[in-house]
Amino acid sequence: MVESFVFAVAAVVIVAGAVGVLVNRNPVHAALSLVATLFGVAVLFVALEANFLAAVQVIVYAGAIVVLFLFVIMLLGVDQSEDLDVEPLIGQRPAAIAIGVVLIIGLTGVVLTSSLTGAPAAHEWVRDGAEVAQIGRLLFTDYVFALEITSLLLLVAVVGAVTLARTIRGETVDLDEPVPVLPGDPVDLIDEDVE
Amino acid sequence: MIVGAVSAHLYLSLSALLFGLGAIGVMVRRNPLVMFMSIELMLNAVNLTFVTFARELDDLAGQVVVLFVLVVAAAEVVVGLGIIVSVLRQRPGATADDASLLRG
Amino acid sequence: MTPAQVLALDPLLIDVDWGVVGIVVLKVVVAFTLLLVSVLFMVWFERKAVSDLQNRIGPNRAGPFGLFQTIADGLKFFMKEDSIPDRADRRVFVLAPYLAAVPAFLVFAVVPIGGDFSDGNRGVIRIFGHDTLMQVADPPVGILFVLAMSGIAVYGIMLAGWSSGSKYPLLGSVRASAQMVSYEAALGLSVAAVVLFSETLSTNGIVAAQVPWGWNLWATGLVPFVIFLIAATAELNRPPFDLVEAEQELVGGFNTEYASFRFALFFLAEFMNVVTMSAIIVTLFLGGPAGPVLVGPGWMWGTIWFTVKLLGFLFLFVWFRATLPRFRYDQLMVLGWKVLIPLALGWFLLLAGLKVADGADWNPIAVVAVAAVGLLAGYGLLASALWAARRNRELEGEVSI
Repeated sequence: MVESFVFAVAAVVIVAGAVGVLVNRNPVHAALSLVATLFGVAVLFVALEANFLAAVQVIVYAGAIVVLFLFVIMLLGVDQSEDLDVEPLIGQRPAAIAIGVVLIIGLTGVVLTSSLTGAPAAHEWVRDGAEVAQIGRLLFTDYVFALEITSLLLLVAVVGAVTLARTIRGETVDLDEPVPVLPGDPVDLIDEDVE
Repeated sequence: MIVGAVSAHLYLSLSALLFGLGAIGVMVRRNPLVMFMSIELMLNAVNLTFVTFARELDDLAGQVVVLFVLVVAAAEVVVGLGIIVSVLRQRPGATADDASLLRG
Repeated sequence: MTPAQVLALDPLLIDVDWGVVGIVVLKVVVAFTLLLVSVLFMVWFERKAVSDLQNRIGPNRAGPFGLFQTIADGLKFFMKEDSIPDRADRRVFVLAPYLAAVPAFLVFAVVPIGGDFSDGNRGVIRIFGHDTLMQVADPPVGILFVLAMSGIAVYGIMLAGWSSGSKYPLLGSVRASAQMVSYEAALGLSVAAVVLFSETLSTNGIVAAQVPWGWNLWATGLVPFVIFLIAATAELNRPPFDLVEAEQELVGGFNTEYASFRFALFFLAEFMNVVTMSAIIVTLFLGGPAGPVLVGPGWMWGTIWFTVKLLGFLFLFVWFRATLPRFRYDQLMVLGWKVLIPLALGWFLLLAGLKVADGADWNPIAVVAVAAVGLLAGYGLLASALWAARRNRELEGEVSI
């Protein structure tokens, strides 16, 4: 009974957040909707008895990734609202929505019409309250190769990000380069509709 | 096997819906940052599926994979945002359609 | 059913026992009140202690020793006009103070504030015929919950600055997000050292592992404690890391445009964070409520020891504020990324090596020698990388030093 209630509330939050990401013109509002979805997923993780993953989900996604999104949005001052009416490729948007809806219907249909089967568990989940230790043991035994590869991936990502973000001072500064508009600028510079 | 009150089908349907919404977001939106957020939605849908199967099949490997997905998502965001920052520095207000060349 | 299970409260509430629910509600109310009262006290204490350190008198009008000054200030905030700037993003502007205040409240839920931990007890007390712990909840991933909440706390500050639609708050919030994300890594790594020794993530388990005098303060060799203290100060945006609201540079920082009740919420969140973060340090490194039972009931002494340790850290934070000048922004980033994170990582590896050696009966001196060589090599690589980067920038004419 309680799990049904938790599921219902979390599902509403998740779907509302996802729709929010899709329809919010302002990227900061979209990022906040994304946080709502991530929290909903974390709650479902708790309902699915994955406490550790729920905590990691909040720490990594909400605490780091979305903060990084917001940081980039604020740093670059790209928080102007996107004009959703402009459609460079005629008919792309309705076609995309149609494809998406077909995808949802197809996936849901497959899920609802099939019964859940699976191979016997290769890594038995012993419910002794020490799931974190079990996950750690799996990570450093059966999945140790994957673990090392992800560490390498992180290293490559860091090096890549540093290289991309680096500016070389010797370059000449382009004076015609448009300056990003910040929220504090005089009103006439802002091309968004002020309420 | 402990099966909760909510059937796995419901979790998987929700996950399918979330995945579809994320896919629509990637196809419809033109702001590169919002497209990225939509990709995060899809990744979360997949994570939810993994955890659901981990509970239903009593297999912790499902949870371990989610950890890897988290790491990959973090790496992807770091590189992706780096690219977006360098594109937007050159052309503020650029949408995904504007970045059609493989050079600045 | 063991008490730990009763209180870890299986999140799905499969076996609902209404007596237990009543106790949980009672504990929530008590914790909430305690926290609010301690914030009132903390604001007064900070003003009094700083004024003493600066040879001033400080608040002395409202009530004995000015004790009711905070209440008077709070009442004043409620009476003030509430304003929203024209250029503000209204929805986010209204939401931000709550995003700052709620995580501050939630962290306190996992802090053990009392209970008898002597003679192998695990801090269990008995009320109304139910065994329970003197903390609102003891989730199996308690300390990760603390890290998660401190990750969420950054949203309130970031969004407050952005939604104000004004430049100084925006600068404050951009500073805040970079600073808090940077120091979160050092914070997490020093917590990892504690978890390595306690072998559990639950806050109750971490306290029980330190009884009676095996405090993590010296068990982990002081370094993680120092790193945690510095990183926590930065996470709290307290001086000397208060670049977020540096008055001389940014007017008032992220909360410049806030007034009245919303400003009071930020103020509340800030001081609440000081109290809860001190409580977390006490729990992680100083054995929380653990201590000798002198006379009378054991659970009472738990609370007494906890309060004494907590007061020590509250004074320490005030002392920092009164004595240390503010960091420059580049110094802040250098300290975080080039000193604290490598040091925390290296120390964690050393501790892990010693722990393995302990289990495998290796010679600890040999292990320390090998580890020292390894760490020195790592430090050499880091230093040469830093030197090369600096040299490159010099060649490009970016720095002239």
